Amino acid sequence: MIAAASVLFCVAGAVFFLAGTVGLLRLPDTFCRLHALTKADNLGLGFIVLGLALDSGSWAVSGKLLLIWLLALLAGTSACYLIANSVLAKREGGGG
Amino acid sequence: MSAAVFFDLLLAVTLVAVAWRVLHAPGTFEAVVVFITLGLLMAIAWARLSAPDIALAEAAVGAGLTGVLLLDTLRALHPGAGDKEPVVRHHPSWAASVAAAVLAGVLVLALLGIPRDAPGLTERVVEELPRSGVSQPVTAVLLNFRSYDTWLELGVLLIAVVAVLSLRAGTGLTGVPPGGAGAPLLWLVRLLVPMVVLVGGYLLWLGKSAAGGAFQAGVLLGAAGVLLWLAGQRPVPREWQWRLLLALGFAAFLGIGGVLMAGGRLLFEYPPELAGTLILLIETGAAVSIGATMAALFIGLHFRTGEISTGGADDT
Repeated sequence: MIAAASVLFCVAGAVFFLAGTVGLLRLPDTFCRLHALTKADNLGLGFIVLGLALDSGSWAVSGKLLLIWLLALLAGTSACYLIANSVLAKREGGGG
Repeated sequence: MSAAVFFDLLLAVTLVAVAWRVLHAPGTFEAVVVFITLGLLMAIAWARLSAPDIALAEAAVGAGLTGVLLLDTLRALHPGAGDKEPVVRHHPSWAASVAAAVLAGVLVLALLGIPRDAPGLTERVVEELPRSGVSQPVTAVLLNFRSYDTWLELGVLLIAVVAVLSLRAGTGLTGVPPGGAGAPLLWLVRLLVPMVVLVGGYLLWLGKSAAGGAFQAGVLLGAAGVLLWLAGQRPVPREWQWRLLLALGFAAFLGIGGVLMAGGRLLFEYPPELAGTLILLIETGAAVSIGATMAALFIGLHFRTGEISTGGADDT
């Protein structure tokens, strides 16, 4: 039962990563791509961490995985802000 | 075919494909980004080869620091080019291709020449491990059995950073980058740096019993330094503080070796009961110096772009 749930969560995470990658490749501009990527990073990694935590069967490992997810959330969000900000600054400055 | 073999094959094919892509990327920016990807994939390959310490070093140096240095160099070469960079087609050079093919052939021959299942020096290391002061064979070799090698490696790092700083024009390491960092970046840096230092200390301590040690810890400290500097955090170390930080690892080795020789032992012939402590001391100094070297390489090269406010000037 737990093994099945673990696989299910990991597959769900992989689907989010796939969708995010397709979005990165297909969407027209930086903001749309960021939107697609952050969804993939946050939710996809979240699901995979959940699946791996169930699979590990240990509170210590689950805690570490949770920390990794939180750190990735922080870094992803900040990087997203920085990229979007630099694009905005370039648009206002260069008019392109 | 088991899942593990399938994954390894996929990884191997991807590595070659990505390496090809680095050489044939449409622009230098793409090439750098794909090179960083290559470093991360290499780290996974090392992890699959059960070499977690090399995987850590590859991820931190190969993908992280080298990537940052390359991106920074790119910015210095094409200021303001952004993504509108001219596309340059590179035609493969025949001489380089032949040389690479010959080198690859020699490497394959050397690989085939290694006797299978030969234990090498593994048994000697395991035999002497109890007297080395640590329980991790890699650390025992690097910091005890072959500490002379490691000492000289730190010397090479020191010479490299001295060379880079000598080539740098004008200002020193004591300025800050222009323009303040935005609030989110500052917030992230303030949150991340203590955590990075904590993990660095943990890796340093871990080195005596598991994968970890001075190099991994040092690279983390270096990354923390680069983050702090980019976010415009003060105080930036003064000139003499930089010198101290950069030379600490080499000096720790030299000092301990000198004391041992004065006591009638050979250079780096640690007394077994003190070996653990001495190794931890040397590794601490080495980690600080490696971190300072990484940060100084970045900051030193950054200054060459010539758009840096100097010393005491305010950055806002």
